[in-house]
Amino acid sequence: MTPKARGLSQQGRHLAMLAVIWAALVFAPYWMPLFGGYTALGTRVLVLGLAAMSVNFLLGFTGVLSFGHAAWFGLGAYGAGLCLKWVALSTPLALLAGTVLGGVAGAILGVLLVRRRGVYFAMVTIAFGQVFYYIAFQWSSLTGGDDGLRGFERQPLDFGPFKIDLLHNDVYFYYFVLVCFAAAAAVMAFVLRSPFGHTMIAIRENERRARFLGIPIELHIWIAFALSCFFMAFAGALYALLNNFADPRVLHYSLSGDFVIMAVMGGMRRFWGPLLGAVIFVVLQDYISSVTVNWMSFIGALIVLIVLFFPRGVLGLLGQRRTA
Amino acid sequence: MLELTFFNVTNGLIIGAFYALMAIGLSLILNLSGVINFAHGGFLVIGGYLAYTLRPYIGFWGALIVAPFLTAIIGIAVERLLIRRLYGRDPLYSLLLTFGLAFIIEDGTRQFWGANGLPFSVPEGLTSALSSKFFFITGYRMFMVAMVAIVVGLLFVLLRYTRIGVRIRAGTLDLETVSALGVNVRALRSLNFAVGIFLAGLAGVLAAGQIGLEPTMGDSLLMPSFIAIIVGGVGSLTGTLFGGLLIGVASGLTAVIFPSASEAVIYVMMAIVLLVRPRGLLGEEGMLT
Amino acid sequence: MNKPLGTFDRRTLVKAGAAIGLSQLSAPFIIAARGDTPLKIGVDNPLTGTYAAPGKNEGVGIQLAVDQLNGKNGILGRRIELLTEDSTSGDAGAAVQKARKLIERDNVDFLVGNVNSALAQAMAQVSNEKGVLHVVPGGHTDGITGTNCKWNVFRVCTTTRMEANSICPLLFNTYGKKWHFITPDYAFGHTLYDGCEANLKKLGGTVTGNELTPLGITDFSAYLIKARAANPDVLVVLVQGNDMVNCLKQIAQFGIEKQLHVAGTQQELEAVEAMPPEARVGIWMFEWYWKQAAGTPGLEAFIGEVRKRTDGKVPTARTWFGYVTIHAYALACEKAKTVEAKAVAKALGDMELPPEVKMQPNKVYFRGGDHQLMLSAFVGELSQKGDGDPENLFKVNHIVAGDTDAPPVSETGCAMQMPA
Repeated sequence: MTPKARGLSQQGRHLAMLAVIWAALVFAPYWMPLFGGYTALGTRVLVLGLAAMSVNFLLGFTGVLSFGHAAWFGLGAYGAGLCLKWVALSTPLALLAGTVLGGVAGAILGVLLVRRRGVYFAMVTIAFGQVFYYIAFQWSSLTGGDDGLRGFERQPLDFGPFKIDLLHNDVYFYYFVLVCFAAAAAVMAFVLRSPFGHTMIAIRENERRARFLGIPIELHIWIAFALSCFFMAFAGALYALLNNFADPRVLHYSLSGDFVIMAVMGGMRRFWGPLLGAVIFVVLQDYISSVTVNWMSFIGALIVLIVLFFPRGVLGLLGQRRTA
Repeated sequence: MLELTFFNVTNGLIIGAFYALMAIGLSLILNLSGVINFAHGGFLVIGGYLAYTLRPYIGFWGALIVAPFLTAIIGIAVERLLIRRLYGRDPLYSLLLTFGLAFIIEDGTRQFWGANGLPFSVPEGLTSALSSKFFFITGYRMFMVAMVAIVVGLLFVLLRYTRIGVRIRAGTLDLETVSALGVNVRALRSLNFAVGIFLAGLAGVLAAGQIGLEPTMGDSLLMPSFIAIIVGGVGSLTGTLFGGLLIGVASGLTAVIFPSASEAVIYVMMAIVLLVRPRGLLGEEGMLT
Repeated sequence: MNKPLGTFDRRTLVKAGAAIGLSQLSAPFIIAARGDTPLKIGVDNPLTGTYAAPGKNEGVGIQLAVDQLNGKNGILGRRIELLTEDSTSGDAGAAVQKARKLIERDNVDFLVGNVNSALAQAMAQVSNEKGVLHVVPGGHTDGITGTNCKWNVFRVCTTTRMEANSICPLLFNTYGKKWHFITPDYAFGHTLYDGCEANLKKLGGTVTGNELTPLGITDFSAYLIKARAANPDVLVVLVQGNDMVNCLKQIAQFGIEKQLHVAGTQQELEAVEAMPPEARVGIWMFEWYWKQAAGTPGLEAFIGEVRKRTDGKVPTARTWFGYVTIHAYALACEKAKTVEAKAVAKALGDMELPPEVKMQPNKVYFRGGDHQLMLSAFVGELSQKGDGDPENLFKVNHIVAGDTDAPPVSETGCAMQMPA
């Protein structure tokens, strides 16, 4: 094959893959029940998939592991819930509130983090997450403490002449989340394709060389970190809307672990990898936990197998070998 | 108030000794093989449950000695089959693999021994209070501290004076050279892992005597162990020892001043250390970048 | 790796999937007659994690009740199909998702769960939104039948206030009026304390001190010294879980229970069996206990059946919660002559449990105003060794009727909104 032909067919394959993914997502409420699925499961996959993609934004594309990223997810959830409960009965405002709370907190704390790398970085993020966890747990007058933040629910979208009932209609809510997901994914893709995104990948590949090229490393890492926190908080806000509930465990590092696993399972260096990982993880867990009480062993074994034999994840297995 | 502070500091040291025991095992594995063992708490649980099962046959003291060895053997098997393949790779993978392993261990212990908590009694002689008037400390807690001190002491002797110990220490600094000098690095790594797991198993037996047995009991001890390593300094076992004691005392002190924050304070400490002096108190620069 | 092959496989997979999907759609729909379709009950309880033990025990009671009912006539002539899901002990998301699955995909008529209060409340929001009848067997937070009460949600186990109200008068009258407290420093602990303190004040007693302890602390000696120095009549231990085990062990080690009376509020057989024998001290209340007067209707059969299913273990309060949940639902359906949620909810409110289901003296019924079961409190003392049976570790002294110790509906904060 000539290089040009190869390039075109690569583009063709890429478009085909996008088409498949979006077709599956758009028609999910219709084909899922045929396989024993249900719409709320699809919505959960989307939300957790977005969270996994946010972690991957940092991990797969900048090479920075944050193992406490659930902190921003949880802040997003609490932000949205608190806004709905105390401020205004508006779904878009709640989303904004959650995103801003988690994103800004991440951006501020990120300033402290950027000089560290590797395991240090990961552990500091865990530390932050756990401090938020304890605050959510103890400040029960605000957050409901261990019993969780309740008494709020997602509000219908009011477009004047007509309303879309997101609360009672699962399918409408699924499409709402899909639109949000698409918007976030679009922004993410845009950033990754921009010069900034390429710089991030350069930093991932060889930080020292990037530094010698005069690239301000810490600034880039901070921006990447802050962006991923905003995405994460957005996912968290959606999660609160999905459950009409938020509890402290949504800030715990074990949830962060799940997101990292999804990213690795699906393919860490691929854009859509984490979504696929979320599909596998969430659906499998949902299915296996109905069948056997020992689902933890199965999931644990799956994680072990993936790490040992498929470290590039499912997409890494299926897909093309990239030259870069 | 002074009395309360004194007690809490003493208790903090006792808890800290326990954290240190866990953390040192974790540190050994991390330093030599670059493996972040998220299943360390799971091995603690295995050690405790094995002791429970063995106890009717060989008594408390027998179980105390045998269970950690059995746990270490399981550890070697895990190292050979699973962990070995990850050497040289990004620590992320060992973290994830052991994360998955922890799932399996929790489910396995629940399947084998049931979900309900199990009591683990300690011999009469150990449980009585030493003196009820001033030092409100029981014999068992002193026993735990003594065990930790003995075992850690033995470990330091092993590392300092035996050939294997020297090799482990050398391997921590430069594994390639050690290998080039003809040392069987694979065996060294397995043995090192086994020692680390032995310590976890021992911690499990000691914990069982204190709080009983439950499949999820390892979870709450895992994070403090990592924190002890970071605060004390990655790469330095002495540092880890002090790190454990330090966070134990900090937790105890906070219990006096601001009880609801006593669990969170160790995370705050870790954050401060990481941001101000990431190598920790006694750590080497650049150990984990 | 073969690139073209990879793409080919993916495309083929999608095509195959579409083909299967289409074939499903075109299959003829068979609508079964109403009487033939089984009645579906969905259980969304923790089977893994911290709350696995109580979750499993509730499951035993539930399964037993279902089997008994199916052995006779089912409910209204329909067989019961039991669907069990693991809510896990983690964040509410999993429990909510499973609740949705049971309600939307599996179309359950009745939802059961959760052991964990947060998860129970999250699930209650889902069941309320979907209008499905929901009983919480063992989630204790007061709000479920208090400020967050809902027309479709009922609860079997006690509220923290009921616990305090049941045991405090007895402690006061039997042991004395000066009490010292050891309270875990978080919301649930404070609620427990408030309940006990209110009782004490009402009876005319005094609080000699309240030690706030951090969660997860393993050593209580400092607090025990202070407590002992205050010379109270009663030492009230409000810490839960592992903290309670440690505290009791230390109390026993220092011989404190010989110097003053140790008590607490709720205790569970699961926790007692996990304690070393020397820690089994104090006066507590159980929500149900298996060793009762001979001739209690249904009790011997119940114990026998449970022993068969659990390798010889006796039923605990949790087992009983699960058992009562299913039988109460069955009775309410029979009473309403339908399984339609609103009608069953109406029938369940103020419904009294028959003797072979309640297995205790006193009238046991669901209060209409807040949907709280008026179950009795078994107040008594722990014993270190089993009396006649290794699992008989509690000596019951009083069985206090539920409606005696429950605060009136007006005080619970429940303002139930009935559906249109």
